[in-house]
Amino acid sequence: MQFALLAYELPEAFAARKSDGTDSYTAAWRAYHKALVESGSYLAGEPLEVPETGTTVRLNEGKRRVQDGPFADTKEQLGGFIIMELPSLDAALDWAARCPTAATGAVEVRPLAPAAKHRIT
Amino acid sequence: MNGSVQESTHRAIERVARESYGRLVAYLSSQTRDVASAEDALSNALVAALKAWPGDGVPQNPEAWLLTAARRSFIDLVRRRQVAVASEPTLQLLREEREVMLPAEFPDDRLKLLFVCAHPAIDSSVHTPLMLQTVLGLDAARIGHAFLVSPTTMGQRLVRAKTKIRDGGIQFEVPQERELPQRLDAVLEAIYAAFGIGWDDMAGVDQSGRELAEEAIWLGRVLLQLMPREAEVRGLLALMLHCEARRRARRGPEGRYIPLSEQDSEQWSLPLIEEAERHLAEASSRGRTGRFQLEAAIQSVHAERARSGRTEWGAILLFYEQLIRISPTLGTRTGHAAAVAEAKGSEAGLAVLDAIDLESVSGYQPYWAVRAHLLQRLAMTSEAADAFDRAIGLAEDPAVRQFLLQRRG
Repeated sequence: MQFALLAYELPEAFAARKSDGTDSYTAAWRAYHKALVESGSYLAGEPLEVPETGTTVRLNEGKRRVQDGPFADTKEQLGGFIIMELPSLDAALDWAARCPTAATGAVEVRPLAPAAKHRIT
Repeated sequence: MNGSVQESTHRAIERVARESYGRLVAYLSSQTRDVASAEDALSNALVAALKAWPGDGVPQNPEAWLLTAARRSFIDLVRRRQVAVASEPTLQLLREEREVMLPAEFPDDRLKLLFVCAHPAIDSSVHTPLMLQTVLGLDAARIGHAFLVSPTTMGQRLVRAKTKIRDGGIQFEVPQERELPQRLDAVLEAIYAAFGIGWDDMAGVDQSGRELAEEAIWLGRVLLQLMPREAEVRGLLALMLHCEARRRARRGPEGRYIPLSEQDSEQWSLPLIEEAERHLAEASSRGRTGRFQLEAAIQSVHAERARSGRTEWGAILLFYEQLIRISPTLGTRTGHAAAVAEAKGSEAGLAVLDAIDLESVSGYQPYWAVRAHLLQRLAMTSEAADAFDRAIGLAEDPAVRQFLLQRRG
């Protein structure tokens, strides 16, 4: 089963990206990433640029409505995702708990939906 | 009614609920095998107590009051759910109920209930949650939180297990002599699992973690009261008490993690250590050793540092060598390697770690932490950094993560 681990980060966590990389949050992520890859269950993952770089598009009555900033105005913003192949939700939750973001922000675990993809491909 | 009377009544209800919950659920369900209905009935009785007692005062025998109310509610529940699903013993109970008066004394069936919770026909991952719920009355949300699953999922697992108990022919009985050791092991394992979760769960910082460890010790005490002659029951209790004694010393200012070797032994709880020692001595006088007694013995050697100021690693190593013969788990083997390193040098310890199959440790954090520590001592810097990364990446507790990051340098 494939799961997405969605890391929702606080502004402070996004700010840490500007550091020289020796801060503990970045070091913890570096180690976590290594553990993910070594586990053999890691399929893909990417960090996203900071939320301020987001632009949201809606089409209202045929008109483009472009909004500066992320879709939702919340304290914690999606900062990146990880895709893993795992035997169960329990295993995915274990990996989510180890994610450095779980201690400061939140990590949402969602199964991928291959059936939904199948309907459109 | 004034606030303080209300408060003291609430406290009385809490106390009775805590002390009697398992006894009442065990008694009600051992006759019918219907654990879920027994729990529902008891929670109805507790709600009734919350309503009645503040006005009427706490009854002279609160447990008997609760039992009467719970039985009445139990009968209502079963009638409503109706007879299609009711088992023959339940129907029997309903028939008897009309005539029989309440017994002033009712038997303590908690031991049977504990054996049912850890029955081999019940999935072992549910053993501990079932005990926490049926014997201690913890709700699915709290148990789910401790086990890192959602409350709904935990609720479903518990419901499935209870249905199996009711319909699967699982007997409420203490196992026969022949199968007792194995069945008892499952009970001990489940109690220890509750303790381990409470322990790992940011022990000392996270309130829910601490409480779960306390609940596990409570279960251990209940079990000892019911089986005072079983050495391993005392061994388990001694082990948990030794660990509990160090709780305060495990965290420094701002929740900093402090490993055992660096703990200030003056912060250890002497009364808990002494109690643990008494149980361990009593257990070993019975002459049959076992996994929990050995683990407690290792902790007992560590505790000795409070008196002598030093740790007898040679003694710890001997206990690990015995332990590994009867319980070669990853945890034991990792602990063994650490003891070898202290007693015979880091290289020897590393060789023990090297003998463990790498596949089996890819997700086991303590292995990588010990490995990193030994490599660092041997000045194998880049290998150490690698192992530290694995240990950091697999750590859940932010304080442990922070500690390892600092060690890694």
